[in-house]
Amino acid sequence: MTEPMLPVGYRVIDRTVETHDSATIQLEPIDRSLDRFRPGQFAMMYAYGVGEVPISISGIGDDGTLTHTIRSVGAVSRALHDARPGTVIGVRGPFGTTWAPEGAAGNDLVVVAGGVGLAPLRPVVLSALAARSAYSRVVVIAGARTPDEFLFRAELDAWTARDDLDVELTVDQPAAGWDGTVGFVTEPLARLRLDPERTVAFLCGPEPMMRFSARVLLRAQMPSDRIHVSLERSMKCGIALCGHCQLGPLLVCRDGPVVTYTVAEPLLTVPEL
Amino acid sequence: MTSAGLFDGLTATEREALLRASHEEFYEDGDRLFEEGGHAGYCWLIRNGRVALDTTVPGRGHVVIQTLGAGDLLGWSWLIPPYRWHFGARAVGTVEATVFDAAQLKVLADQDPRLGYLLTQQLLAVVLDRLQSTRARLLDLYSHD
Ligand SMILES: Cc1cc2nc3c(=O)[nH]c(=O)nc-3n(C[C@H](O)[C@H](O)[C@H](O)COP(=O)(O)OP(=O)(O)OC[C@H]3O[C@@H](n4cnc5c(N)ncnc54)[C@H](O)[C@@H]3O)c2cc1C
Ligand code: FES
Repeated sequence: MTEPMLPVGYRVIDRTVETHDSATIQLEPIDRSLDRFRPGQFAMMYAYGVGEVPISISGIGDDGTLTHTIRSVGAVSRALHDARPGTVIGVRGPFGTTWAPEGAAGNDLVVVAGGVGLAPLRPVVLSALAARSAYSRVVVIAGARTPDEFLFRAELDAWTARDDLDVELTVDQPAAGWDGTVGFVTEPLARLRLDPERTVAFLCGPEPMMRFSARVLLRAQMPSDRIHVSLERSMKCGIALCGHCQLGPLLVCRDGPVVTYTVAEPLLTVPEL
Repeated sequence: MTSAGLFDGLTATEREALLRASHEEFYEDGDRLFEEGGHAGYCWLIRNGRVALDTTVPGRGHVVIQTLGAGDLLGWSWLIPPYRWHFGARAVGTVEATVFDAAQLKVLADQDPRLGYLLTQQLLAVVLDRLQSTRARLLDLYSHD
């Protein structure tokens, strides 16, 4: 990475509508590529003329393409969400820590995602599937508000059909025709028979969801350093200069977003942070 | 809750007494285990499969409130008057369960208050877990409005 503050031009080459407010865009470099992203890392994405926000990588192409899944919540995320093929976006990165799924090799892998939290975890599942024999059990628990609000629905269905992956989709509010699980992600999580010393868990979603899920795992005797979460704070520079993303002793853009629950727990329970 | 959870802290004799008050049952997809408002005479430890708890909403039929799965304990209305089910329950796919006879459980608990206390504690833990997850759903965490 040479000039970390200088956005590199990427062109949107594909766009998939995921839900009523989320879309996945695929981008290719225009003349220069950024270094390869790792699962869990994020990019600072600049919608020209609107602004720049941190967005996790949701797919890492071998051909240098980047995939990002964006929920429209405000001006910048809306511009990125709406970007059609041909649109040029300024991208900086890769920034931050990684889930490092390869570090969980030999263990059971438990992935718990809520809402758009599935986006940063998708590369973990894809890399686990690409090296499936490296892991024992691989479990994916994904929660959404309603059945229409799952990201990557076709892919989730394909994962569910595999017999080397345990997938449980659960919704807070069922809709007509939904015959899957109804309940918060903590419920299927609590039903897992875990081998606490041989399991690594990755949690991503709203902070309370990660806290509640981590508590279930701690109750099942999992050591907190085997539980990894992804933190979200608003960011400006992305490279540990401006202090915008400070969370207690951490600069989330550098020390996170992925941290162990040992690190996160004391920070996630302090209301003023 | 796993069966290990249900039997936690019990002596071998107490476990046997509980098992004597139970039998194994299989349900086919769509079978109804009980109906809302019906007399609550049993509780279930789900061994395999899924059970949907539901209630009837005019115009919408049976609406699912929550699903339970393997290891979950189903039904605590048998413990508290008026001993009526608050919701209905339906098997989703085939379900294998251990069914406990509530009348026999109550006799056991009356005869042996220690056992009664442990069982009540286990049930309370289940109720608390359900309450917490219901609260989490009430937060509507994934919405952005
Ligand atoms: C490391 C990291 C990775 C991220 N990865 C992704 C990703 O992969 N996909 C994605 O869609 N978002 C992701 N985000 C969140 C994204 O950066 C924010 O949604 C974005 O910064 C909002 O900017 P905005 O200008 O669109 O909205 P703003 O004008 O900044 O905010 C508009 C409204 O939305 C609220 N808001 C802001 N952020 C969020 C949020 N995350 N969730 C709900 N409400 C919010 C604000 O409080 C405000 O009310 C990530 C954030 C971080 C820190
Ligand atoms: S975003 Fe500037 S220090 Fe982290």
